[in-house]
Amino acid sequence: MSSDHVTRRGLLRGSAALAAAAPGLSHAQPASPVKEGSPMTPVELTVNGREVHLQLDPRTSLLDALREHLHLTGTKKGCDHGQCGACTVMVEGRRINSCLTLAVMHDGEKVTTIEGLGTAEKLHPMQKAFIVHDGYQCGYCTPGQICSAVAVLEEIEAGIPSHVTHDLDRVTMSDEELRERMSGNICRCAAYPNIIAAMNDVAAGGKA
Amino acid sequence: MRPFTYSRATSVADAAKSAASVQGARFIAGGTNLLDLMKLQIETPTHLIDVNHLGLDRIEKTADGGLKIGALVRNTDLAADRTVRSDYAVLSRALLAGASGQLRNKATTAGNLLQRTRCPYFYDTRMPCNKRRPGSGCGAMQGMSRSLAILGVSDACIAQHPSDMAVAMRLLDAQVDTMGADGTARSIPIADFHRLPGDTPHVETALQSGEIITSVTLPKSIGGTHVYRKVRDRASYAFALVSVAAVFDAKGGTRFAFGGIGAKPWRTEAADAAAKSGAKAVAQAALNGARTTHHNDFKQALVERTLASIYRQKEARA
Amino acid sequence: MKFDTPAGINPIDRGRVIGIPHDRIDGAAKVTGTAPYAYERHDAAPNPTYGWMVGSAVATGRIAAMDLRAAEAAPGVLGIVTHANAGKLNKGNFNTAPLLGGPQIDHYEQAVALVIADTFENARDAAKLVRVDYAPGDGKFDLSAERANAAKPPEGGFGGPPDTAVGDFDGAFAKAAVKIDQTYTTPDHSHAMMEPHATTAAWNGDKLTLWTANQMIAWSVGEVAKTLGIPKENVRLVSPYIGGGFGAKLFLRADALLAALGAKQVGRPVKVALARHQIPNNTTHRPATIQRIRLGADKDGVIDAIGHQVWSGDLPGGSTETAAQQTRLLYRGANRMTAHRLATLNLPEGNAMRAPGEAVGLLALEVAMDELAEACGVDPVELRIRNDVQYDPEAGPQRPYSSRKLVECLRAGAEQFGWSKRKAKPGQVRDGRWLVGMGMASAFRNNLVGKSGARIGVDAQGKVIVETDMTDIGTGSYTIIGQTAAEMMGVPLDAVTVRLGDSRYPVSAGSGGQWGANSSTAGVYAAAMALRAKLAEKAGYLADKALFEDGLVKLDNKSQTLAALAGREGVWAEDSMDYGDLDKRYAQATFGAHFCEVGVDIDTAEVRVRRMGGAFAAGRILNPKSARSQVIGAMTMGAGAALMEALDVDTRFGFFVNHDMAEYLVPVHADIPHQEVLFVDELDDKSSPMKAKGVGELGICGAGAAVANAIYNATGLRLRDYPLTIDKLLKAQAA
Repeated sequence: MSSDHVTRRGLLRGSAALAAAAPGLSHAQPASPVKEGSPMTPVELTVNGREVHLQLDPRTSLLDALREHLHLTGTKKGCDHGQCGACTVMVEGRRINSCLTLAVMHDGEKVTTIEGLGTAEKLHPMQKAFIVHDGYQCGYCTPGQICSAVAVLEEIEAGIPSHVTHDLDRVTMSDEELRERMSGNICRCAAYPNIIAAMNDVAAGGKA
Repeated sequence: MRPFTYSRATSVADAAKSAASVQGARFIAGGTNLLDLMKLQIETPTHLIDVNHLGLDRIEKTADGGLKIGALVRNTDLAADRTVRSDYAVLSRALLAGASGQLRNKATTAGNLLQRTRCPYFYDTRMPCNKRRPGSGCGAMQGMSRSLAILGVSDACIAQHPSDMAVAMRLLDAQVDTMGADGTARSIPIADFHRLPGDTPHVETALQSGEIITSVTLPKSIGGTHVYRKVRDRASYAFALVSVAAVFDAKGGTRFAFGGIGAKPWRTEAADAAAKSGAKAVAQAALNGARTTHHNDFKQALVERTLASIYRQKEARA
Repeated sequence: MKFDTPAGINPIDRGRVIGIPHDRIDGAAKVTGTAPYAYERHDAAPNPTYGWMVGSAVATGRIAAMDLRAAEAAPGVLGIVTHANAGKLNKGNFNTAPLLGGPQIDHYEQAVALVIADTFENARDAAKLVRVDYAPGDGKFDLSAERANAAKPPEGGFGGPPDTAVGDFDGAFAKAAVKIDQTYTTPDHSHAMMEPHATTAAWNGDKLTLWTANQMIAWSVGEVAKTLGIPKENVRLVSPYIGGGFGAKLFLRADALLAALGAKQVGRPVKVALARHQIPNNTTHRPATIQRIRLGADKDGVIDAIGHQVWSGDLPGGSTETAAQQTRLLYRGANRMTAHRLATLNLPEGNAMRAPGEAVGLLALEVAMDELAEACGVDPVELRIRNDVQYDPEAGPQRPYSSRKLVECLRAGAEQFGWSKRKAKPGQVRDGRWLVGMGMASAFRNNLVGKSGARIGVDAQGKVIVETDMTDIGTGSYTIIGQTAAEMMGVPLDAVTVRLGDSRYPVSAGSGGQWGANSSTAGVYAAAMALRAKLAEKAGYLADKALFEDGLVKLDNKSQTLAALAGREGVWAEDSMDYGDLDKRYAQATFGAHFCEVGVDIDTAEVRVRRMGGAFAAGRILNPKSARSQVIGAMTMGAGAALMEALDVDTRFGFFVNHDMAEYLVPVHADIPHQEVLFVDELDDKSSPMKAKGVGELGICGAGAAVANAIYNATGLRLRDYPLTIDKLLKAQAA
């Protein structure tokens, strides 16, 4: 049994974690062709406000670190290649595809997943709006859609332009803007108009 | 994904040095293209040097009125930068036409220049591909080539350069600033940065072993009207069939650069010179030497149509 | 319970819970990411190992040699499954090609090995070290080249007979005043559901449990048992949440079989998800078609002769894409013919995808109808009204439709969409750089019913529990089953717990062919009737006189609470709904009308859908909220088929080239603006006691044709080869 399983079980019990990761200042070590598999690398993340310490194969994507090591399976693997958006999470406040980044690259950073937005008992307004507007069907792209939806409203608020922004210096809210900005989140069940309705609801209701 | 060792670089010079000294080392920045390819073992680095913490994420005015863009500036930040929006709008537009919000939050300026082709035969490791496995042949030329290049292609390779950003950079005469393994800095004009496939399609840029991109410098703004028109099979989140970057400058000069059609971001003096004669003439000049397949010959007509669309919109605004 | 006479008034008609647009009862689990999908069962199968499939690099031929040494020696590798060590495997009834190939190879990316390792990263890496030497064979990969060799397929299956003929088609067509004779093509389509095929497998002695993404639990239990040669009783399938299916997950597929074999080999749970880039070539797809349609009409557009011929291809022993199915039933005409021909192709296995048959059949038929409307100078809506028929036109008036509200849908849909503003002549409307056009099409999808069972109980708190192996693939099964149980037992929806997708529960109709909603709720109805009888008897009331409402069982002015009657033990009942011959005596189908407005860029020929609308009649709409979502989602898939979706065949190597989600394009948010859905009031008393019919596939049927017809109306360009992409529009314009 590999050490990451041991680490993970320790974490799930909430017991003391392994040694904290050293800050990422190590110098490049000359690497010989690797035959023995990847050496485990310590990675420290703050996930949904909780500090976690992992020993990871450096090949572990942030997505797999969440799903397989932290058992935060709300973040979904749809394509594993940045082609669908199901794995969208917020890292340091920005939405990214967690499949196309290595966990080790985020040592010391803050990650927010769908589990960190809200719970069944205390839903985030966007989660609530998705239920009310039926902004999903099979549910598999849904956590990614919701993370993106929350981030998109913030991006518009911050004045970040998009492909459909007519005047780059005047970013405004519109359905067209929402649709363009959400296009990195594919929903094959195609709840698209319902998702836009949910976002409009949350935007109109003020920020969470 | 082959096993690799991982380290975080502490300085640009160190990064370049270790990249040159370690066989199979690669820099990783956004990772959105490199990791995609590593998962398929199209890229198999043995060592990754994480350059995300080198402070190369600033956008600064240069002494001669240009703009120096740090190699690690994320696509989102570059597109949203106030100066870029006002003085280099074509760059903002090109960036925003590419990928998705999530990918733009991660992808970097330097990484985007190094983005590799979307040719499906390059992506399927069981298929022949001279770019992926030199000498194995080209699966695309007699295969499905609808999305592939018609300019700058060779007998060995018809892969297209997929970047939107690089098309705008080409239009704006950007310089790619680098540091070599020996600590030497140099600036490579973007026209010389991407190489045509010839008989070595696996060699894609002018970068030497270990050489790291530190920034991309834009000359002083030429003002004018900036347009980036991208034509694709769906409304968003798709690679270009054809894209055209254009600047109609204040002095009556016009320049064009093209995406989706070239083995590299495409620009010709002849096309710029034909600007006054309209879309058809510009297309003809730009497409000189085009080599098409049954699947992608429509791109010739589409270049002209895209140019016509740009002219039409310009006239409508005038 | 048997349904063999039309339904009278029954407890469902009360409509307190059923028919109300409820939020989904599984909503909170989905929006918080806590609904567990097949690859996420850390709770049920802790400490799993990871399997990675190796797919064939050739389309046909044989494996000459396999060298596993490097892979076996790779870090973390626990085992490798191949044909050489898997033991005897039978081919499942629903599989055309064996799921584990070797030594014979049947198609590209057919599984040839599963590498199992301690971590995902190690498994993925070691899989690349499996060395397979192939002796490639020859194959046929080009449908148009094989059209002449296509043969009449065997009778049977879902699609009806391959050939049908009524009257004298040839004679009538030859004499027709107005003739349309056109050929249309549709490409191979990929389901591209968001959750890849995935399974976690664990053995306990000789008992196998598969946590898997599967639409049809009972079918697949049988297929697992047959393939592995073990008793059905030893197989358990658990599939409570499924990240989309659209037909891709109807059957046992390689992920589940390989996970089972792998878990056996390594003696630990194994989980396998197909990599996205493996899916299009490893699994099933909707086959490409060539369709010739001939319509012979009088000068007013009234059809006298209607003919539809279809050519498709599949692996040897495979099935037909029954694209002429709807043409047998949709429009009038005394002289009719349909014919399906099947070519042998060595591409991956063709099979069902959302509305098999109609989805692509209507892409052709409804464009042909648009062509007929123009040729006759009749409005396309009016043309369809003139050709309406209230009985099965092959069988004649003795087989009427149970309910057919096509005309009502056409009128209501046209009214809502503003169809009257359409200019009949193409190319007349301009909005900035856009040429704007409107198009419409009829929607038609057969109504299928299937035997479906459920178990239902009441506990000491008066809460109701329903169990059935029915699946919810995004269709809203949890909620409509909950609504049915609540209505039947007279409790609010939040007093019902619904448990689905486990082979330990009674066998349901499963999710496919849009039969799931009506059939599975009818099964719950049957079980609930049995439970009502038990409770009434306990209360001492006559079962058919007792009223179940407000948590009480009432008779006249007496009442008792469900909770009290249930007692500490609870009361349970189980039954299923089975069907007589009502679907033989009556034609049963769902109908609708699609409307679409597109803009086509005057220069670049980019097409943008501006709005879509439709009106639909599908019996009782059990939950208008989730039903509407089903319909808009299907309309979007139809727009995808019209505008962008196509698996590109490399006819040299014999595979689908664009086998990932960057290259196989499906619509994104920006492609789909406003969509309007209107449900026309309908109760179909011959369909089931629910008086409902399916709706999950109706929405795709005709949607793409409405887009194509709108493009024609905008531009005057009539394209007949899907998808209608920029390159084809530019070529048509240049011609």
